[in-house]
Amino acid sequence: MHRTKVTVVEEALDANNTIASANRADFDRAGVRVLNFMSAPGAGKTMLLERAVTELPGVRVGVLEGDVQGSMDADRLAHLHIPVTQLNTDPSFGGECHLDANMVRSAIPSLPLEEIDLLIIENVGNLVCPAEFKVGEDARVMVCSVTEGEDKPLKYPLMFRTCELVLINKIDLLPHLEFDLEQLLYNIDQVHPDVETIVVSARTGEGVEAWRAWLARAAARQEVAV
Amino acid sequence: MHELSLSGAVVNTVVKHAAGRTVTAVNLRVGRLRQVIPDSLEFYFEFVARDTVCEGARLEQELTEARLRCRPCRREWEIEIPAFRCPTCGGSDVEIASGNEFEVESIEVEEVECIAPR
Repeated sequence: MHRTKVTVVEEALDANNTIASANRADFDRAGVRVLNFMSAPGAGKTMLLERAVTELPGVRVGVLEGDVQGSMDADRLAHLHIPVTQLNTDPSFGGECHLDANMVRSAIPSLPLEEIDLLIIENVGNLVCPAEFKVGEDARVMVCSVTEGEDKPLKYPLMFRTCELVLINKIDLLPHLEFDLEQLLYNIDQVHPDVETIVVSARTGEGVEAWRAWLARAAARQEVAV
Repeated sequence: MHELSLSGAVVNTVVKHAAGRTVTAVNLRVGRLRQVIPDSLEFYFEFVARDTVCEGARLEQELTEARLRCRPCRREWEIEIPAFRCPTCGGSDVEIASGNEFEVESIEVEEVECIAPR
């Protein structure tokens, strides 16, 4: 018995990235554009979807709802009469804190891809792990709510750097908070210069029109590509 | 907290390259921008490696500094905080020169002696 050194030089997440590419190829073939929708728990992802996805003229939206447990979010979206598929990361207790490419791959057969133009994958609420794992998306959107603090981009730069759009939610609460919106925007720009941001309140509807318009553009780019 | 997820990815990569051989060491290159806590990764790696060919393997982590390069003005600099605008021109056309790595550089495996028949 002797020891040998074997040169590998392989990104440890390559296996996940390969499956993510396969997912994306499947979505492309079906003509479906895919968004990976991420945030901390309670930032308002589901409510922002409720607000935006029903009034997108000409865009048929489907949602893949990732949660550790339960179907509360999927149930909330079900009354919108759009296809919602639940994906739980926890078969019993102690499930994954993020979706990975393989989990999404396992859900593809149950997705009505021929009936939709835009698939929004609502990831598990978490600002850390989801940033590391591609799932086959065309673009990434994150929500940062003003109750979370201005420093979040500096604490979770991986997440903020990986997104094409940052939604800043719950701005209706600004009068009640000691929150410096300019500082948050500055910190976002430091971590991810020139990233697109939309200031929004899912509760009052302020900014929701701009969010809808962004979604419509995201879906339309797919049509251009196909 | 993502060290558990990441150590799973490391073990999967190593198992693939070990091809059934027992692994005694794993050399990992980890960029500063990946926000990995070395002690935490080591802790989870030991746990996730159980019942695989990596069980008991030593995990060596080489940390690489976060260096950025501004494409228009060619400046290259090291960052300690996540500030990605060029300090010279203020531009955003900045690429990561190093610090984004999370790769298995090499592994050390036990080979069974194979004496060729004469």
